[in-house]
Amino acid sequence: MGRKNGVANVIRAALEYNNSEARRWRVSVEMVQACRPQDRPPKRLLIKACGQNLPGFTDDTYPQTWKECIQPMTTPDLVVQDQPGLQPAGGIPQIVNDFSIQIATVNGSGSQSANNVLLRSIFRMGVPVSGKNLFPSNIAGLPTWYTIRVSKDGWVARKTDIDVLIAMNAETAQQDVQSMRPGAAVIYDQSLNLDQVRKDLTYYPVPFDQLAASTGADAKIRKLVKNMVYVGVAAQLLAIDMDWVEKTVRKQFAKKVKAAELNLKAVRAGFDYAASSLTKQDPFVVAPMSATQGKIIIEGNEATAMGAMFAGVTVVTWYPITPSSSVVEDLIDYMKEYRVEPDGKASFAIVQAEDELSAVGMVLGAGWAGARSMTATSGPGISLMAEFAGLGYYAEIPGVIFDVQRTGPSTGLPTRTCQGDLTFIAGLSHGDTKHVMLLPGSVKECFEFATEAFNIAEQMQTPIFVLSDLDLGMNNWMSEPFEYPEKPINRGKVLDAKQLKELGGFARYKDVDGDAIPYRTLPGTDHPAAAYFTRGSGHNEKAQYTERPDDYENNMLRLARKFETAKTLVPKPILEGKGRETIGIIAFGSSHWAVIESRDQLQRESKLGTDYLRIRAYPFTQEIHDFVAQHERVYVVEQNRDGQMLNLLKVDLDPTQVVKLRSVRHFNGLPIDARSITTVIAEQEGAAK
Amino acid sequence: MSTTPATPQPKTNRIGLQILDYRGGKTTLCAGCGHNAISERITEAFYEMGIQPERVMKMSGIGCSSKSPAYFMSRSFSFNSVHGRMPSVATGALLANKTMRSIGISGDGDTASIGMGQFVHLLRRNIPMIYIIEDNGVYGLTKGQFSATADIGSKLKSGVINDLPAIDTCALAIQMGATFVGRSFSGDKKQLSAMLKAAIAHRGTVMLDVISPCVTFNDHEGSTKSYKFMQGHEEPVAEVGFVSHFEDIAVEYDHDTTVDVQLHDGSHLRLRKLHEDYDPTDKVRAMNLLMEAHAKDEVLTGVFYVDTQKPDFTSMLNMVDDPLATLAPERVRPGRDVLAQIMAEHS
Repeated sequence: MGRKNGVANVIRAALEYNNSEARRWRVSVEMVQACRPQDRPPKRLLIKACGQNLPGFTDDTYPQTWKECIQPMTTPDLVVQDQPGLQPAGGIPQIVNDFSIQIATVNGSGSQSANNVLLRSIFRMGVPVSGKNLFPSNIAGLPTWYTIRVSKDGWVARKTDIDVLIAMNAETAQQDVQSMRPGAAVIYDQSLNLDQVRKDLTYYPVPFDQLAASTGADAKIRKLVKNMVYVGVAAQLLAIDMDWVEKTVRKQFAKKVKAAELNLKAVRAGFDYAASSLTKQDPFVVAPMSATQGKIIIEGNEATAMGAMFAGVTVVTWYPITPSSSVVEDLIDYMKEYRVEPDGKASFAIVQAEDELSAVGMVLGAGWAGARSMTATSGPGISLMAEFAGLGYYAEIPGVIFDVQRTGPSTGLPTRTCQGDLTFIAGLSHGDTKHVMLLPGSVKECFEFATEAFNIAEQMQTPIFVLSDLDLGMNNWMSEPFEYPEKPINRGKVLDAKQLKELGGFARYKDVDGDAIPYRTLPGTDHPAAAYFTRGSGHNEKAQYTERPDDYENNMLRLARKFETAKTLVPKPILEGKGRETIGIIAFGSSHWAVIESRDQLQRESKLGTDYLRIRAYPFTQEIHDFVAQHERVYVVEQNRDGQMLNLLKVDLDPTQVVKLRSVRHFNGLPIDARSITTVIAEQEGAAK
Repeated sequence: MSTTPATPQPKTNRIGLQILDYRGGKTTLCAGCGHNAISERITEAFYEMGIQPERVMKMSGIGCSSKSPAYFMSRSFSFNSVHGRMPSVATGALLANKTMRSIGISGDGDTASIGMGQFVHLLRRNIPMIYIIEDNGVYGLTKGQFSATADIGSKLKSGVINDLPAIDTCALAIQMGATFVGRSFSGDKKQLSAMLKAAIAHRGTVMLDVISPCVTFNDHEGSTKSYKFMQGHEEPVAEVGFVSHFEDIAVEYDHDTTVDVQLHDGSHLRLRKLHEDYDPTDKVRAMNLLMEAHAKDEVLTGVFYVDTQKPDFTSMLNMVDDPLATLAPERVRPGRDVLAQIMAEHS
């Protein structure tokens, strides 16, 4: 119970400080609950000290785990360091499969392989994991953090607390250590003397250079090998199965046997050192489970690339931009492997364009001429594509544009995540323009929606935007294996020469079927009546130039009706919960994983039941209207500053429903975490009051 | 019974089509606009070469010039895109269907100002298409502002003098990698016709800068893109002759004075030298000629540069023979085994 005393002392210490200092601590309801009743500070004192930062305190007492309770907002102060109760002592209960590891390195140091080995070894032990890379917009030398969350409950969203730090970057080491919460463990290069920084952590100094040298690796690659040493140290300390580590290393270096052996040597050097020279003092361990059987680990961008390949994409254009480049880079690899015919010829064309204007221009040119075409980009590219997006909408040309969102405005934080392109894309381009957006929430949906986007684009004859984000696109996610697309490839309403002969001709923009989707022909169709004139200027049903008011209006009205038809083609939202709660949550995309964890927190901690609707496409279908209608308050969770989904909903919903909407926004560039959502909702709901 | 008068058989080309089958809609450009003459020449060239209209894609950007695809070959597929961006659209269309022919009509504003970025990359890729700049030195649709091909010292109707140098799109095209580069004049029927037919026979980027006077905004005294100025300053580097692959090729020519270039489809370009230094297969000489002409205030016309060896972009991509656009599903969607294999790699 020493720790609980410690928590109380922390709160006291915070209270003894002046108000501004106290606010540097996030004093949460759990912190207080974690204290023994006699140690709990009076509520009024807390309010005095922490002002309005208090998230709904209650007088109820039930002990929670203490480890999520205290989070220094900035650097801890000395008062905390003096608390003896925070020192982990021998014999403390283990924390099994529920912690997070952060590896702090510099970018360009080759730590990716090592981090991947750690992640996949734990995964192969049957334990749910997720891996998130926090990297700078830089080639080499700047700080990078990779976080592995180990969660027996299967939570894969970002977790703000770090339990085990592997400090390899001298420049950030001090700061990294200071941001740890009490009781955490630090594996570090012994030359950094980190144990002098704080007294409330467990320290494991490791002579990395010496161990790396002991592998016999020459000086040039010692830097890389050093990374594998920490894998060994962590494996020993956290009880990660060395068999799996070894298998994972061998799989990773399958084509380079020598490299595999050298890396394994380094892993063993680290493992042996930890076994002989370090004494386990922290509570964090990995134990085998069977929760990952049959699952895969993949990044969203790779899943998108696969989806495009299985969609039968034939023309791919791009302009490199983080975080979307790997969509096309992975696609190039896959297409070379699986879409080259026996005679060595490619059933595709992939072109690196001179800019995004050109990339999307090629997509539309190819779509017009009948290819399944796509490009992948991020925010700045979307800005450039605005002009062509309008042409695609108005001239009714299929194409698929993948937007892997990053923060804006402008260049923003190029390597950080955001859901900030939503409202821009919804009406991308001047005039009355509307676009269909697909919003995958998982790597599996990255695959499925990529495949489906091409069907919808050709059925609708319009550009389709698929919006993922950096978190989904570039981080490692567990997933059920992807299923082979059962839906046949649907090329939409295309008339061939034979049909034209029967019909005698056609009108390109005439609504024949009542769904507002006209028929088109492809260049080369061998019939004198096949050709038509495609233009971004005013046109009538026969694709002839017109400035007639009625022609213009009729065409615009048909396009609006066509957008209604899109509702029958896009993925429907998914409801979680029984639909009987008074509180609803709406979210989309990568926020999903934090939302499901938050719902669990709200239920466990505040007895707040919620229903959850995950939106998967725009235009909004009736289910979304119904969901809002069926709930008293609906929290719209998203990762941007301005509540972009909220605003789109406001436009769509009946005014009587709009008042029900509330907003939960997260926009610091890091993936959203469950606690951020829980705190806001619990507070607004006056939970536990 | 009275005898019915024998109706004369309408004239047809080698694939049995009449010139009518190559006509476009009625022009809405100004009477006397050089662009209309160019549309006429294009119509004739495709007719005479016997190209099936349905096998042709007409691409354009924005401007008076870019409207003109509506005025020729209505049976061809046309895409009037956005300002300065025709090259990317044309490229995409050819990627989708490399078996199609493509002709792009642009203007000096559409190419040399707003479209410069895409233009040079089209040239650099040697996209297999004919790219025509209907060059009048002014923006017509916005009523007569200078474009970037207007010569230094040339004068607007309003009296404004251009004080920036002109971009020589031909010199640029040669440098950037186009494989058939020439300049002509909308009023030079014979030369333009021969050049267009040779353009159809070539495979690679054909860049033709056709001086095409704007009768409304740039045909006055002081303009260097007027009919009058061109009549006084046009300086052909060679007499352009063309012998198509389906004609009798055994026409004699003088090897000392004439350069013969065999084009991709077997046709021959016969260039009778009018200029001593002329060698259309030599980039450096071609550039020199253009630079020297500039200094002398001459407007050189003719074919400046031809390269029949450089592979075009669609060939370089090593695509299957059939158009990508219409490949059967089983050729573009890998099987279940492939997905299973990829899944196993990620487990």
